[in-house]
Formats: sequence, structure tokens, C-alpha cells
Amino acid sequence: MKHKYLKDVSTLELSTDKCIGCGKCKEVCPHAVIEIENRKAQIIDKNACMECGACMNNCPVNAISVHAGVGCVSAVIRGWLTNSEPSCDCSGGSDCC
Amino acid sequence: MSEKGCCSPAPNKPRTVKVKNSSAPEKQCCCCSVAEPITKYDLADHWITGELETEKGKVPVVSTRLSFKDKFGAFKVRFNIGRMKYQINPGLYAVGNPDSHSPVMVSANYKLTFDSLRKELDGLNCWIMILDTKGINVWCAAGKGTFGTAEIINRIEKTKLSEIVSHKKLILPQLGAPGVSAHEITKQTGFTVAYGPVRACDIKAFLQADYKATDEMRKVKFTMRDRLVLTPVEFITAAKTVLFILGIIFVVNLFAARPFVAADLLTFAAAMVTGTIITPVLLPFIPGKAFALKGWLLGLIVTACMVWLNGWFAVNGVLLAIGYLLVLPSYSAFLAMNFTGSSTYTSFSGVLKEMKISIPPIIISIVVGCIVLLVKAFMR
Ligand code: SF4
Ligand code: SF4
Repeated sequence: MKHKYLKDVSTLELSTDKCIGCGKCKEVCPHAVIEIENRKAQIIDKNACMECGACMNNCPVNAISVHAGVGCVSAVIRGWLTNSEPSCDCSGGSDCC
Repeated sequence: MSEKGCCSPAPNKPRTVKVKNSSAPEKQCCCCSVAEPITKYDLADHWITGELETEKGKVPVVSTRLSFKDKFGAFKVRFNIGRMKYQINPGLYAVGNPDSHSPVMVSANYKLTFDSLRKELDGLNCWIMILDTKGINVWCAAGKGTFGTAEIINRIEKTKLSEIVSHKKLILPQLGAPGVSAHEITKQTGFTVAYGPVRACDIKAFLQADYKATDEMRKVKFTMRDRLVLTPVEFITAAKTVLFILGIIFVVNLFAARPFVAADLLTFAAAMVTGTIITPVLLPFIPGKAFALKGWLLGLIVTACMVWLNGWFAVNGVLLAIGYLLVLPSYSAFLAMNFTGSSTYTSFSGVLKEMKISIPPIIISIVVGCIVLLVKAFMR
């Protein structure tokens, strides 16, 4: 069964002009958000994007931008409390997120 | 940092696999006084079966079978028993009898990650380059950047990888991609990056297909089993805060006209189990998209059942019914929302939106519910 999360929230953006169609973004995306059509990347399932940032970091021409972050409640709360960027507290060595 | 050269007239690559117990791990290096070992290891570790001589020094050979000790260790981590650091030393490891043409896989130094990788490599000859991710799994570490471009470049240098293998190819787990810029690694080290499959069990198929992963191998699934193994940690983390609540209940009971009894605690426990175990396991089958909503719905059903079983829908229990129906579904909702941290498909923007909408009503309903319950407790 396919998981669905909130719609229309992802900050993913693609600049088709810059794209050279190398396909790296499609390769790294864990949720099949991107497809290559006519030698250009296309966002085909934006609502499935989890903002992991893999596509952005692996695009050789910086054609993709996304506000990457951890989708984790305790990280966000920690961010609010300490007034900093949300981050996981994985330092305990346990499998947090 | 890299002291190249001095040891190199070593034997003409008679890469012998030494069997364990044959000798104590001794530095047999000749001239170079303080040559850093490629990998720090201890032959006494049960998962190291021997050592392999390379041109640059010895590399531990690891077993592709998981022993009882490995499994028990995994169990302890899953259940959060003993806050030990479950990690191994970064460096280069060998599987089978690899040579300079064998593939190199990159992974994290979290032992669970390492175990699930090596158990899929039975019968293969390959290298595993373990990064220093501070004992965190690939996915988390990639998010933090410890599984990242800089550490990979650094580790290639420290392990002298380019002198141990003759090719220029690394296989990275796809889940490490958020922390990595493949083209940066190529630019700085010459190594190209192939992203392997998401699941370690697909690695053999990936290698056979000439480093090609199918679309199916690239997708993150989040099966019921995946979710189930994550629930114990959720439950135990929640259980730790329960001690605090029990303390308050104990104090209240000293003065209360109607003290809290076993039935109350059971009702509470049911809500906790709902939020930390039942909701995660049934996740895609519960209506709604937001985790909080899913948890609240199930919490409402379970709490209503418990209240009914306890007979609190009767006139003299109605305050209890109202109180618990306000507090407990919200509590389940909050616990369920925490599971976003373990899920593999929630986005940061989504979680933020969900929290902004759901946290205020959760707090209000818990506070009002607690007041109702306290009124009931002290009412004569
Ligand atoms: S941010 Fe992650 S999930 Fe979203 S499109 Fe990029 S790779 Fe896919
Ligand atoms: S990685 Fe960048 S250049 Fe390559 S296909 Fe994707 S968007 Fe286009």
C-alpha cells in the first residue's frame, strides 16, 4: 500500500532551462518524484517528495532547489526550543529517524 | 597524513588470508615506524574472520553470517536496552578474497547497518569502506551530513583506497545520496559514484546487472514489518515519561477522594500502546494523511472502548469519561505524530504544517481533560 502524506507542501523546484537531462536526480530519488522526459527532468509526483535533498545535491548544474530538512517532530520541537535549525538527536546511537 | 611509499616493497601481492587464532594481531610492518593501520580492528571480535594482506597493510576480513551475538545486539538496540554505542571502527574491510579489481561499497559505521550489508554479500569478493558517521545509520547520517562528500573524500585518502584498488568506482547506498554530491567526489578524487539499491538484499542483483538498479530497487518502501521493528523504541521512549506521570498520580492519590486505580492506568496504557504501536503498524490503513489525525482517530476508538468496559459512561462516571476522552486520544495523536521521525516519507514542510495545526488543539484538550479528571478526583 502506498503511503501518502500531506499535499502541496513540498518546496521542490526544478529549473528546466538549466537541466541537462543527465538523470542523476531520478536515480537518487527514493520516491520516484522525478522522471526524465524528452531529455529533461520533469516533476511527476511532487506530493510524494519528502524533501530529502538528494536530487538537489547530486544535480551537477544546480537545476533543483528544495528546502531540505528532517521530517521529524522531535527534531522540529528541539529546533523551536533551542531556536536553531531542526536536527535529529541521533547521537545516542539508536535508530532515531 | 598519508605516509606513502616506505613499506611498499612488501611481498609481491601474495594476498594470503590468515585464519583467525593463528597469531595475535601484531604489527609486522618493517621500516615505517608509525604507519597508521588502514583499519583499526581487533581479531578477537567474533565477526572478523581473518585478515588480508594488501600493499598498504592489513585489512580485516569480515564474516557474511550473523552470529547469535550480532542478533542479540540488534535486539538490544531495537529495544533500547543499555545506551551503548553500537558502532565499528571506520576504515576498509574485506569480504571474501577481494583484489584490486573488486568492487568497493561504502557504508556507515553503525553496526546494525554494517551487519545488514555484510549478510547480503555471501560468496562475493569485495571491499567495504566504512565512513565515520558517529555510529548513526546511513539515512540519518546523510541528513546530518556526516555521511557526506567530505567524509568520503577524507576516508578515500585515509584508507589509501586508490592504491589498493585499480579502478575508480564507488558504490554508495542510495539512501546516502542526500548527504553526497557525486560530481564533487569525482572532481576531487577521480572516483565515480554509482548509487546502489535502497535495500541491501538487492545488492547482488545490482552487481549482476552491471551497477544498474531497477526503478523498483530505487524506491523506499515502508512495509508493515519495517514499521513494526521501529515500534519498540517508540514505546520505550514514551514509557520513560510515564514514570513522571505516575509520580503525579501518586501524589494526587494521597489526597484524592476518588484515587486513580488500576482501571485508570489500564486505560492510559491502552492509549499509549495505540499511539506508539498500533497506529504505526496500521499506518496506511487508517483514514487521513496527518499522523496526528490517524493517532487521534484510533485513540478515540480505543479510549471509548476502555471507558465503556470500565462502565464510566454511567452517570456517576461521566466526568471520567469526558476527562479521558479529552486527554487520551490527544495523547495518542501526539505519540503517533512522533512516528514521523521514523517514517521514510514525511517531508519537513509537511511535518511543520501538521504540527502547527495539531499541537494547539492537542494541548488544549489535554489541559481541559486533566482539569476535569482532577475535579473528579477531588470531588466529594
Ligand atoms: S527531495 Fe528527495 S524525495 Fe524530493 S524529489 Fe528530491 S530526491 Fe526525491
Ligand atoms: S540532475 Fe539536474 S541536470 Fe540532471 S536531469 Fe536532474 S535536474 Fe537535470
